[in-house]
Amino acid sequence: MAVASVASVLHRAPVAPASTLQERLDVPGGRLPFPVVEPVAPLLPGGLRPGSVVAVQGSMALLLTLLAAATAQGAWAAVIGAEDLGVLAAAETGVVLQRLALIPRAGPDPASVAAALLDGMALVALAGTERISPGARRSLAARARQRGSVLLPLGRWPGADIELDCRVEAWHGAEAGHGRLRSREVVVRAVGRGAAARPRTARLLLPGPGGPVEEMLADLTIRAVG
Amino acid sequence: MRPPRVVVVWCPDWPVVAGAVAEGLASQTPAAVVAANRVLACSAVARAQGVRRGQRRREAQGRCPELVVLADDPDRDARVFEPVVAAVEALAPGVELVRPGLVAVPARGPTRYFGSEPAVAERIVDVVAAQAGMECQIGIADGLFAATLAAHRGLLVPPDGSAGFLATLSIAELHQPAADRAALVDLLHRLGLRTLGAFAALPVDDVASRFGLVGVCAHRLAQGLDERPLARRHPPVDLTVARRFDPPLDRVDAAAFASREPAQQLHEALATRGLACIRLGISACTEAEEQLHRVWRCAEPLTTSGIADRVRWQLDGWLTSRGSHRGAGITLLQLIPEEVIGGQALQRGLWGESGEDDERAGRALVRVQGMLGPEAVLIGVLGGGRNPHDRVRLGSWGEDPAPVHGADSPWPGRLPAPSPSRVPARPLAAEVFDDAGRVVGVSGRGKLTSVPYRIAVDGDPPRRVLAWAGPWPIEERWWEPGGGRRCARLQAVLDAEPAGPLAVLLGCETGRWKVEGMYE
Repeated sequence: MAVASVASVLHRAPVAPASTLQERLDVPGGRLPFPVVEPVAPLLPGGLRPGSVVAVQGSMALLLTLLAAATAQGAWAAVIGAEDLGVLAAAETGVVLQRLALIPRAGPDPASVAAALLDGMALVALAGTERISPGARRSLAARARQRGSVLLPLGRWPGADIELDCRVEAWHGAEAGHGRLRSREVVVRAVGRGAAARPRTARLLLPGPGGPVEEMLADLTIRAVG
Repeated sequence: MRPPRVVVVWCPDWPVVAGAVAEGLASQTPAAVVAANRVLACSAVARAQGVRRGQRRREAQGRCPELVVLADDPDRDARVFEPVVAAVEALAPGVELVRPGLVAVPARGPTRYFGSEPAVAERIVDVVAAQAGMECQIGIADGLFAATLAAHRGLLVPPDGSAGFLATLSIAELHQPAADRAALVDLLHRLGLRTLGAFAALPVDDVASRFGLVGVCAHRLAQGLDERPLARRHPPVDLTVARRFDPPLDRVDAAAFASREPAQQLHEALATRGLACIRLGISACTEAEEQLHRVWRCAEPLTTSGIADRVRWQLDGWLTSRGSHRGAGITLLQLIPEEVIGGQALQRGLWGESGEDDERAGRALVRVQGMLGPEAVLIGVLGGGRNPHDRVRLGSWGEDPAPVHGADSPWPGRLPAPSPSRVPARPLAAEVFDDAGRVVGVSGRGKLTSVPYRIAVDGDPPRRVLAWAGPWPIEERWWEPGGGRRCARLQAVLDAEPAGPLAVLLGCETGRWKVEGMYE
């Protein structure tokens, strides 16, 4: 199926800088990473690697941002167990709703639902991680690695390849009785394992004015901490 | 997610009635249709003398010596039924034939036209009696199954009353002529489930693991849902099979022969796409330039012979009915797959084109639907509305997305982006206090009664308000008597240390605050 892989490359064809070539070559099975939107790219160099586990803490908006670019390029995403997900906010963030499956109530065994979805979906987000046992965690990670999909737990997940931690700094737009909420300033910190062990932080507007994430123009520096 | 309201027109003991009409028997003659030496249906007079469905012919004749035995002939049943269908169709569009003796019509249109459901029922009974000379019973309920059972009893079940109506009925009602569930009914009866309500009360997971697909379908029916919730795909237009006849078809035997080949072609065209037809549209054009169209709905995906049978029955009906087109031959026949579902064997694209991802995702979602039930997997569509909850329509995956109106219309009072990333599924109560600890409300003119200083969300200790904006009043449907809705929204940023500031969207209705969304 050499033709198939060429076709899928052409189909996805994100414009990637040459500097990420080495990372792409490191991907198991040679699969292309799923793209992420430009402002969060410095946190996840090269995008979301197939087969990895990327834990998101403290922000639903950040999770939706990670789904946006991939769904826009034809990949499917599922969100398990998030009963109160704001679908409107997802659309404003840039997620394509036709390819976002929601499983708000995953029943007594969310891990088995996640395992079934990892078979067919590119990105699988899972809320309520405290209900997943360590054994189920390991088998889900192995499943993602084997199928080349990305598992995005919303909450703590020991053993994640990358952990994204979102801290809210300030809200802009609303004053004492006038204006309206326009944007939120956050600092996102990414800590990884292996090649990504060096922590990276980014100061973002999440959501930015109008919905999608934006970089903070005043303080653009992506600095290494520690 | 209740199924659409359906009017079912049922002619009792149809095979016998049709046989008696074809044989020219008087209506008081006891008669029975016998197939494979068993009574399939009997007239009311015969039933009064002790003849029952399923009896041997000898036993039936023993109980009622003057019984006229008729042969089972589905073609005859369909042919004699055609005037009834034509009569119903004259009143209500979109008639679907379930089987000879039973037609279903969507209730919405005729109910609006005639004013009320009882008026529709009365009208149909009158017209069928006057034009076709047949007696029929009407049932109206949510969903075809409930409406069919209602028709057997001549009832109009109120909206949302289907589950309650079904709950008291016997479990044996699951066994209908179109779907053979005798074994399942027998098993459920022996397990002590005597009513549909008792069966419907079982958890769907347990039903699925114990009784399989047949059980899940029956369970959905017992709950008052449609057997098949998913209209998986809209068929592409090019699957229609058309056939011209020159010379025109004017004899029944010629029609029977002619129906086989297009049926085969349609079935093959669907099968190569991994599809199977569950609603078949048959349309024809006569020499007299008349357009005829009829939709057949089937419980099971149609096979080649199933399609051919229905085409034959329909052509037979049209050619021999007493309508105005009598005598005119059929020049054009079209078979239109109106509704199709995914077949078992899915064909994969040879080049791994983009459809592959969608298909993989589809299979995974169907698997999850199998684990949790079809309503567990949702896809959102944006629609019109003023608050984050109203603007999203969630539908089961695979279901026909309901047409969404007003997504692009102006909605005065709608808040611009960004929208809250969390919208509580059930409303969370909130309390707003000013710096003196008094409760803050919204005045009749849409102003806050005081400056908000602390806000408590869902019973948590009150948090300091860092910034706030609003209130923005909304008045919806004020023109409806008693149906109006007044609400005011307020955005507030709360001090939620150590996590950092938390923004919430509050709505105030009838003096009570609730959380409409959180920006997390």
